[in-house]
Amino acid sequence: MTEANVTHGAGPGDRPDGLQGVVADFASDQRAFKNVHWGKAMMWIFLLSDTFIFSTFLVSYMTVRMSTVVEWPIPSDVFALHMFGADIPLILIAIMTFILITSSGTMALAVNFGYRQNRKVTTLLLIITALLGASFVGMQVFEWSKLIHEGVRPWGNPFGAPQFGATFFMITGFHGLHVSVGVLFLFIVARKVWRGDYDVGRRGFFTSRKGTYDIVESMGLYWHFVDLVWVFIFAFFYLW
Amino acid sequence: MVDITQEKVENVGPAEVPEMELYHAHSWWTKYVFCQDAKVIAIQYGGTAVAIGMVGLILSWVMRLQLGFPETFSFISPEAYLQFVTMHGMIMVIYLLTALFLGGFGNYLIPLMVGARDMVFPYVNMLSYWIYLLAVLILVASFFVPGGPSGAGWTLYPPQAILSGTPGSGAGIVLMLISLAFFIVGFTMGGLNYVVTILQARTRGMTLMRMPLTIWGIFTATVLALLAFPALFVSAIMMTLDSVLGTSFFMPAIVEFGEQLAYGGGSPVLFQHLFWFFGHPEVYIVALPAFGVVSDLLSVHARRHIFGYRMMVWAIVGIGALSFVVWAHHMYVSGMNPYFGFFFATTTLIIAVPTALKVYNWTLTLWRGDIHLTLPMLFSIAFIITFVNGGITGLFLGNVVVDVPLSDTMFVVAHFHMVMGVAPILVVFGAIYHWFPLMSGRMLNNAMGQFHFWVTFLGAYLIYFPMHYLGFVGVPRRYWEIGETSFITTPIESLNAFITVAALIVGFAQLVFIYNIIVSVFKGEPAERNPWKATSLEWQTETVPPGHGNFGEEAPVVYRWAYSFSVPGAVDDYIPQNVHPDDVKKIAAAEGD
Ligand code: HEM
Ligand SMILES: [Cu+2]
Repeated sequence: MTEANVTHGAGPGDRPDGLQGVVADFASDQRAFKNVHWGKAMMWIFLLSDTFIFSTFLVSYMTVRMSTVVEWPIPSDVFALHMFGADIPLILIAIMTFILITSSGTMALAVNFGYRQNRKVTTLLLIITALLGASFVGMQVFEWSKLIHEGVRPWGNPFGAPQFGATFFMITGFHGLHVSVGVLFLFIVARKVWRGDYDVGRRGFFTSRKGTYDIVESMGLYWHFVDLVWVFIFAFFYLW
Repeated sequence: MVDITQEKVENVGPAEVPEMELYHAHSWWTKYVFCQDAKVIAIQYGGTAVAIGMVGLILSWVMRLQLGFPETFSFISPEAYLQFVTMHGMIMVIYLLTALFLGGFGNYLIPLMVGARDMVFPYVNMLSYWIYLLAVLILVASFFVPGGPSGAGWTLYPPQAILSGTPGSGAGIVLMLISLAFFIVGFTMGGLNYVVTILQARTRGMTLMRMPLTIWGIFTATVLALLAFPALFVSAIMMTLDSVLGTSFFMPAIVEFGEQLAYGGGSPVLFQHLFWFFGHPEVYIVALPAFGVVSDLLSVHARRHIFGYRMMVWAIVGIGALSFVVWAHHMYVSGMNPYFGFFFATTTLIIAVPTALKVYNWTLTLWRGDIHLTLPMLFSIAFIITFVNGGITGLFLGNVVVDVPLSDTMFVVAHFHMVMGVAPILVVFGAIYHWFPLMSGRMLNNAMGQFHFWVTFLGAYLIYFPMHYLGFVGVPRRYWEIGETSFITTPIESLNAFITVAALIVGFAQLVFIYNIIVSVFKGEPAERNPWKATSLEWQTETVPPGHGNFGEEAPVVYRWAYSFSVPGAVDDYIPQNVHPDDVKKIAAAEGD
């Protein structure tokens, strides 16, 4: 700790300019990403991997939608709700999307209050986020059961190409699973924040290392990602 | 020019982060079974991988017996043969090599070589192993279900994989897909650990460009795996649904035994694209760690710095990136657009550039080195030879017009065994001979090792070199028996018998190797510390084998790269990474400069 830092590339004095500086920074001592805690780095890399999963899902969806020879069902009809004496297209999905985007907002606020180590407000915002997420999943259950009632199955449906049901259930199901896992972890993290685990540095689960508010930030990354994925699913399934 | 630029960097930045906190086990269970120490996890991974690899090896004997002596063994039915081919291929590629290189060597070497006390998320790392074990057990279970394991070939192409004409099309294929999905989940947990540990938890002074190439290889391979496995994961889910729920992702309208099935409208070629989007990077997931390890072995045992370190790093990264844009060279015969073939042939040939560069650098590392023909060195040289051989046939297969007639022949089998079967396995052996003293504190028996090396290396050549010829003549792959044809003549039959005998002898040598390991763990000659006089951090630990937390009271500080061998002016022919420049013993005459 005592040695002075003179010629090493990481020293502020001799950092090269421009692109070379970026490379030198990245390749420098100990950490490639300065001030990024492990959980955050791990979450980013995990999300990158998960992006490939969802991209594969969506590419497969597009491929089978083109390869099938049967007409694709018209989304605005299939996803319409009969309310107030009229069929309103995409109404449910609009509400669901709105809720999920709102929850991203509350999550962002939770992260912000987490930075300030504000125990109470962070907990409250985490719980609100979790509840919004849970209601999203609830509406998805409603949507699924409605479609199942109308005879949509993974292997076929009365409206057109059987791949419609297959891709729909698979992809929204996989996304719904992500949301559900997120809700579960939001509750767990909220409880830990509330109990003050992160203020006293209590040993956490998963790593048995001392806890910090950092995990709220990682949680936030995950949640925003799940929302972003939803935007794509929304566009590809409901608007195409 | 001797590359001693790294030498001149004497200083090390101030510590940026506090010491890593260690998890300490509290009970027998958490200490020995559900252990969170990466070194124990590594050995668990390695042991399991070798155990399932033995199954793959035994399957290869059975297949060879059938090919060499057709109509002799009544217990090998055509269905069973296909099942053995499938399980052999899948086990060797995924459950042995991927798990061994990343889960085994990755876990053991990453924390030690970058100077960390453990992985960053030990608990997740521990789970990773247990999920891998579960995946292996599910795979093994498929041998015992009605219909047996899948016989679809390791590529699992639909529609045949789930049609009743293929053996194991019921429970077998579903278990295979589920096992793969679990493998991927488990791997992801480990892989995130490897990447974050390398990026964020290095010790003081360990800049990225001072990392041993082993770490670069494992790092890049892990990144590839994290990005390539998703495609396999998703296709496993979709094919499971096709098989169990009757969806039609991959299934076109199809008639089976004169009966129209309920499937329709799916895309079988989609599966091929997804599979090879995973499958080609998978080749490099196995090869890149081998590249890295072999660079270090060559350098240590030739007492010479690796030639062109930076070039080697960039070659690894470049190969990794390119490996994502070549996948359809496995699909030249799938009927895709010819322009596609042109594109993929071009990218495939471009990959040869960084690959050839690496081979030159390995050779130049040996050039004028003080070569010690130790076992790790022998295996490394053997690797270069086999890899070049497999690489050259790869250039043939990368060209559409050459590949089309050779596709699905024994030529392809010979090619990929050379390049991704034998070559990486040779590195695995070399690495085990190299690091066994560190892991166990004992040396492996040299006589048995020599026997193992010569039989394996020469034997592998005897197996696969003639196999190229079989492919040229037109002997197809995945065939139980060829029977009477105009091109199968007596010489070919006797060649097949010859290959089988060679394969059995090579297989026997592996038993000697395993015996050597087991005996040496208990009775081997005790190893001196750092027996190979290596510079990297794993050999500079306080105790051998390294204890919990890897290093002593203080984490090492790194002053130079890992290749300071035969540095002019220094007394010893190696300077470990963590020796302070002032402590390096200089030759007296050089005093004053
Ligand atoms: C002593 C060592 C080995 C022997 C004797 C051997 C033998 C064989 C044989 C006879 C086949 C089937 C050929 C056919 O009928 O199509 C085969 C296929 C295969 N082997 Fe090996 N093998 C060995 C090691 C390995 C290793 C280390 C790997 C790891 C990459 C490997 C990967 C494969 C693959 C991917 C297939 C293709 C399976 C398929 O067609 O679905 N083998 N091997
Ligand atoms: Cu390939």
